[in-house]
Amino acid sequence: MESLLLFIYLIASITFILGLKMLSNPKTARKGNTVAALGMGIAIIGTIVLYTNVAGDHLGNHVWIIGGLAIGGVIGTLSAKNVKMTAMPQMVSLFNGMGGACAALISIIEFKHLVHDFKPELYAGGGYTYFSTLDGGVLLVILAGLIIGSVSFTGSMIAWAKLDGRLNDYAFNGQHIVNILMLIFTIGLSCMILFLRPEETITFFYAILALSALYGILFVLPIGGADMPVVISLLNSFTGIAAACGGFLYDNTAMLTGGILVGAAGTLLTVLMCNAMNRSLLNVLIGSFGASAQSGQSAGAQGTYKEMSISDAAVLMSYSSKVVIVPGYGLAVAQAQHACHELEKLLADKGVEVTYAIHPVAGRMPGHMNVLLAEADVPYEKLKEMEEINDEFPSVDAVLVLGANDVVNPAAKTDPSSPIYGMPILDVELAKHVIVNKRSMKPGYAGIENELFFRPKTSMLFGDSKKVLQDLIAEIKNL
Amino acid sequence: MEQILQWFAEHQDMIYIVILMVFVGIEVIGRVPSVLHTPLMSGANAIHGVVIIGAIIVMGNADPDDITALILGFLAVILGTLNVVGGFVVTDRMLEMFNKKK
Repeated sequence: MESLLLFIYLIASITFILGLKMLSNPKTARKGNTVAALGMGIAIIGTIVLYTNVAGDHLGNHVWIIGGLAIGGVIGTLSAKNVKMTAMPQMVSLFNGMGGACAALISIIEFKHLVHDFKPELYAGGGYTYFSTLDGGVLLVILAGLIIGSVSFTGSMIAWAKLDGRLNDYAFNGQHIVNILMLIFTIGLSCMILFLRPEETITFFYAILALSALYGILFVLPIGGADMPVVISLLNSFTGIAAACGGFLYDNTAMLTGGILVGAAGTLLTVLMCNAMNRSLLNVLIGSFGASAQSGQSAGAQGTYKEMSISDAAVLMSYSSKVVIVPGYGLAVAQAQHACHELEKLLADKGVEVTYAIHPVAGRMPGHMNVLLAEADVPYEKLKEMEEINDEFPSVDAVLVLGANDVVNPAAKTDPSSPIYGMPILDVELAKHVIVNKRSMKPGYAGIENELFFRPKTSMLFGDSKKVLQDLIAEIKNL
Repeated sequence: MEQILQWFAEHQDMIYIVILMVFVGIEVIGRVPSVLHTPLMSGANAIHGVVIIGAIIVMGNADPDDITALILGFLAVILGTLNVVGGFVVTDRMLEMFNKKK
């Protein structure tokens, strides 16, 4: 029956490739996800029923396996079903961390087996170390899985805590040097362990585990919250590689293909995300957002802004011929996407042409805002991407910025000292009027002032997005 | 050193798989629109949940008397399942939003 299992793994590998391919096209994406899930399903069932180890024994402990699957399945489904659309990025991070932890645990258990099963009598010549035995390669794979898996786990947890607002950016001087030294030290220890007698390796193994876990934390801590999506994507590809290490351990092709596929695709996706923000990966990892923001903060913090009343805004928009809405994370937090759609329909009924300008990183992640607006039934054609809408701004009468900040900050174009300098932005300032809805004058996610708010064309409309939109809708209806 | 090289030789076909998969992975998502970055990442996240197979094997091979191995393996199975199931369900929910509008 072993050959049937190999065939199942082949099918699973094909579904993974096909699934990823389909996921990268809007038309087939959902089907692609289902295809990959089905492949995963048969691979899991096939493993439980058909797997035999070297000795030819089938797997035991079925109660434990099924129990674990059931518990994980129920918790996973419930939390994935109940998570708010706005909290999606941290959820992905959390699940990614689980995968990393799983890979690390596998390494720990297999290491124990390795040490336990070591037969010194086979190497009667004495002076045996892992390096001089056939287990050397196995140990290397175990260590790789351990290090990558635990970095991915702790890193993802930190990313989750940051996105969830439970943790602030934290950086100290010379942190990068400490990080790099730690990484070198960890890898050094891993090489050293190969030259030790098996019974001596145990302490070192756990030291490596602790160091990798700590490294994951220190690696993600200084990176600014706005860059978290890139970090999650990177950690995602790490977990893929950790999973592939398992593939080597068990000569398991499904794990190998799935893991490496995600490792490669995830790395490319990370780079693509960086490109969407016009930043290099190195820049994200080294030049932490939070640390450099302090220099940008001093400039342009002063100035006067003017406030606008709801009724003025209502009048302005109702008598415009072209209105563009720029949705940001503030809108998502206020769960105002439905109210926003209502306003858009109301204005459209009055003959106003309304479109949405979607910045590539609007929300918390590329594509996040599209998901949120789609949830509120906003038609796809109304969502304009940045390149497309930027040419249209000069002919726009009014722009309504809803809880967006950094993506409309002109400092990205004009101020080389600004941490977001170089990021492409929506040129809302070219429009005739800009109405900015924010809860307060507090700086945005990147922690920097936005001089757009102090421009003469800009009027501020303070308040919770949902409340403001509802008031606007009521006001327009009364006109 | 010799032994490690020998290990590589034994796993030659797997190493070829790794190399080819790197290219397939890059090729497959090469031209993804930025709208799909988040769901794609989430979908890829679910796929690396394939590590669950390793967890199942570890669990199934664990000596029933070895409590530590049982508990660690059990934990690995739960975490792996969370990754797989949660990952696919979250991705599906995201994509559901996209499909509705067509």
